[in-house]
Amino acid sequence: MNHMIKPRPYLNPYLAGIGLGLVLLSAFVIMGRGLGASGAFTSVVAAGVNSVAPTHAQSNGLYREYLNTPSGNPLKEWLVYEIAGVLVGGFISGLLSGRIKRTVEKSPGFSTSGRMIYAFCGGLLLGFGSKVARGCTSGQALTGGALMSVGSWVFMIAVFVSAYAAAFLFRRQWT
Amino acid sequence: MDMNAPFYQFGMFDLETALAIAFAIGIGFGFFLEQAGFGSAMKLAGQFYFRDLTVFKVMFTAIVTAMLGLFWLSRLGIVDLSLVRVLPTYLVPQLVGGIIFGVGFVMGGYCPGTCCVAAVTGRMDGWVHLLGMFAGIFVFAEVYPMISEWYSSTAMGEATLSQVFNLSPGTTVFIVTSVALLGFSGAEFVEGKFKRTKSQS
Repeated sequence: MNHMIKPRPYLNPYLAGIGLGLVLLSAFVIMGRGLGASGAFTSVVAAGVNSVAPTHAQSNGLYREYLNTPSGNPLKEWLVYEIAGVLVGGFISGLLSGRIKRTVEKSPGFSTSGRMIYAFCGGLLLGFGSKVARGCTSGQALTGGALMSVGSWVFMIAVFVSAYAAAFLFRRQWT
Repeated sequence: MDMNAPFYQFGMFDLETALAIAFAIGIGFGFFLEQAGFGSAMKLAGQFYFRDLTVFKVMFTAIVTAMLGLFWLSRLGIVDLSLVRVLPTYLVPQLVGGIIFGVGFVMGGYCPGTCCVAAVTGRMDGWVHLLGMFAGIFVFAEVYPMISEWYSSTAMGEATLSQVFNLSPGTTVFIVTSVALLGFSGAEFVEGKFKRTKSQS
């Protein structure tokens, strides 16, 4: 859609980091809480299961936690609105920088179908892992990291060590 | 100056306004994730092959920025830190969750926030990754009743690094910032070395 515009180079990583840090700081100062991502998806899953099988959802402690929100509507949640903003903000940034492009991210020699299988299975593992750890790179690593939470730092170090250890298995996809 | 932040905790606005703020903060979050290059799995995964250490640089710059900001705003009496929610620690589940998450990250190429940015900028693998994530959360929720006891084990409450290492918050902030700065110069060195070996071969 933006084939006329040449994609702009990415922002300097330290400037992007300061930008993200200030967004996170504003969440602390305005709301008294940090950022998140996996929690919003859990709200969506809980709302979905509840609409198909309400008895089943209400019998499960995890779904119940995400269904009983202050407003009564599981989707009327802070993180759900924040993630809606992420979708819009990412799109605006991509549009302004000419980076909106229908493509598949992989190394040229790797098959598209293989990439899609890895994307799905990787997403599955990561979604599962983020629930086990009570948060992801946003809620634990960034937010908990800045608040110096012990569990968040343990999570962050575990993510890096494990990803480096497993990188060899997926090298054909990325190199 | 009167301490009156976090604003929401002082009842300065209602839930509807909080949700509008969530949307605005999300726009900023998504914007900088995309600007950093995190809509591209090739760039994110480069971290784990020493090709491109942007993930490390952006993450730790963000952590240090927010940490220093919060520390000084609290020191100046503007933010009441006791009203900022620190995530409780469950040591073993968080360690195990991190290990599973790390494999998923290098396999799938994104994390939950970055796959949103990838999807809206046209990456088809980002959409598939998003679907996989919903599936993973669903699987976890379904097995949750069987593992809920383990899930709540090794609880340490709202433990912070200052508490476990018995250091003052100021010293901890200083150490984390110094380690991050050392890490940044290390990252620049590694990237430079990678480029040199690549151009020689």
